[in-house]
Amino acid sequence: MSAAQDVIDREIKRDIRTRWLLTSPALVIIALAAIGPLFVVLLYSFMVKGDYGDVKYWQFSGAGWFDVFFERDLFDDTLSFADGHLLVLWRSIKLAFLTTILALLLGFPTAYFIATREEHRRDLWLFLITIPFWTNLLIRTFAIQELIRNEGLVNNFLLMLGVIDQPIQMMFTDFAVMLGMAYVYLPLMVLPVYSSMEKMDFRLVEAGYDLYAGRFQVLRKIILPLVKPGIIAGSILVFIPALGAYVTPRMLGGGKVLMLGNLIDLQFDMGRNWPLGAALSITLMLIVLVALLVYVRNATRTGAGHG
Amino acid sequence: MVNGKAAIEAVGVSKVFQSAGQDSMKALDNVSVAIRENEFFTLLGPSGCRKTKLMRLIAGIDFPTEGEILLYGENIASLPPYKRPVNTVFQSYALFPHMTVAQNIGFGLEMLGRPKGEIEARVSEMLKLVQMESMRNRKTSQISGGQQQRVALARALAPKPKVLLLDEPLSALDYKLRKEMQIELKRLQLETGITFIFVTHDQEEALTMSDRIAVMSKGRILQVGSPHDIYDHPSERFVADFIGETNFLEGSLQSGTKGKARVKLASGATIEATVPEGLKSKGKVTVVVRPEHAALAKQLKSSVFKGELEHVVYFGTDTHFHVKLNGGDRFTVRQQNASVARDAFKAGDKVGIVIAKGTAQVLRD
Repeated sequence: MSAAQDVIDREIKRDIRTRWLLTSPALVIIALAAIGPLFVVLLYSFMVKGDYGDVKYWQFSGAGWFDVFFERDLFDDTLSFADGHLLVLWRSIKLAFLTTILALLLGFPTAYFIATREEHRRDLWLFLITIPFWTNLLIRTFAIQELIRNEGLVNNFLLMLGVIDQPIQMMFTDFAVMLGMAYVYLPLMVLPVYSSMEKMDFRLVEAGYDLYAGRFQVLRKIILPLVKPGIIAGSILVFIPALGAYVTPRMLGGGKVLMLGNLIDLQFDMGRNWPLGAALSITLMLIVLVALLVYVRNATRTGAGHG
Repeated sequence: MVNGKAAIEAVGVSKVFQSAGQDSMKALDNVSVAIRENEFFTLLGPSGCRKTKLMRLIAGIDFPTEGEILLYGENIASLPPYKRPVNTVFQSYALFPHMTVAQNIGFGLEMLGRPKGEIEARVSEMLKLVQMESMRNRKTSQISGGQQQRVALARALAPKPKVLLLDEPLSALDYKLRKEMQIELKRLQLETGITFIFVTHDQEEALTMSDRIAVMSKGRILQVGSPHDIYDHPSERFVADFIGETNFLEGSLQSGTKGKARVKLASGATIEATVPEGLKSKGKVTVVVRPEHAALAKQLKSSVFKGELEHVVYFGTDTHFHVKLNGGDRFTVRQQNASVARDAFKAGDKVGIVIAKGTAQVLRD
């Protein structure tokens, strides 16, 4: 081995060391803030539950995961499938999905509206979209309650007009939860869709009209394919928090419309079953992961199909 | 080839823009023009003359505030663009980036609901017409500017429109490619027999390609005519000034008949000039003379003007002589070098200027 080779080797080693040093702050944060807690949750899901909450440390069991899928009857100790959990799971997915659709139906025209304003006006509109974020989520949810409860604004108004004889039950329904979530997460749809749409060349729309495409066909054949990245991003941003939503279903769905977030909360609070709560959290994560993979793969494949 | 039948006609078309807090602005002011079937018609004007605005009204992307747009006699002014058998080649090409070359070309026919087989055949035909067969399955981002231009043309021609609009389609191409495409466009127009409306600010392009030209300024059409008419007999100061180089001379209109008149110029000489239609008033007028219609002369007696030669600018094929006339006006003479002996005239010489018969033109203003 020549001396020159030694020098080069030492340089390479030092280079690698510098890189590690420079990236270490980011790595530490990722380890502490993301991987660490996840690992703790995973660990808890495999421990024995404590009598008054918490877990019995370093006593491992599969009971937490067992409880996700099965439940033991309190009285006769028979084992049955935990269809309650499944129901909550199904409702969460359904409501998150419908919320995403609703947010898209509301958010797409909103984004289109903003993107077609004069350039100096767009910032103002975007700013207005973000205003609800200034108010606490609880307050905003109370406001929705005030609108849709039986003695609320909407029902009173309809009663006054004589459209209905008795209030429509909207609170504590799937509808209420979906409405609340769509409202809360709407900006998360509008912003990415807008950012895609803003990059779109609107002369392409004119070209579409010129080539005999009507409004609907211009939307379907030109605008939608071009803003698809924004729609994908927006859908992901709405679907994920909606799936794990806690405050909105709690306040607008009450005890009737339980979602995964509430079920998990229940285990840590009144249920005193931390391993089950931890296992449910991991389950939620896995669902999100699978849903994302399937969605992104499908979305990009149809994108490629366009040519 | 070019017959008298009007393919498309604008009748008293105005477009007014109303913006908040400001006075309304008349973008197009009472524009009337008839474009004949199978014609290569050019809307020529500097940027900001709203030639593209007029084109957009014909395409249906915009709608006139007043007036009618007739397509073979039928008013289409209020029809949406997707119901007009008129297609456009956009300045930016506006090719759909998420589609292949073939999908772009077939788009119009697809939207018209034509059967797949027919679309396929027509797309192949179009690809062949613009010599892009090998690019069929490329994305539009994978082809050059000149090729994009061809695809944009093929896409607009594929649905066999009654009228094809071309909005400065060559402005993004480099000089050599532009020359090629000019010939190509002419060929396509002859082969397809479609009425072309070509929008450009390039006078040379307009003169070489068009059957007829409409010169526009500030939302009005100033003059419509063949390239020959427009160049040799401009009736408006703007037209004379915008196209080519011109000498403007003040004078007063004397007697005249049948479009010809005698004009007494400020220098004292009297020349015969063509008078635009409808101009009757006697009195002060402006006469224009193209530099190439004048020639320098050594004999001062027979000359219309006399003056001192200030600059001689050599251009290879021809030479420009800048003359300061007695009385102070400037006059430019352009002569082919083949017809003038070298060094026959030098700066500082006293020279006379003669004007070829029938080339002086009186302006309307």
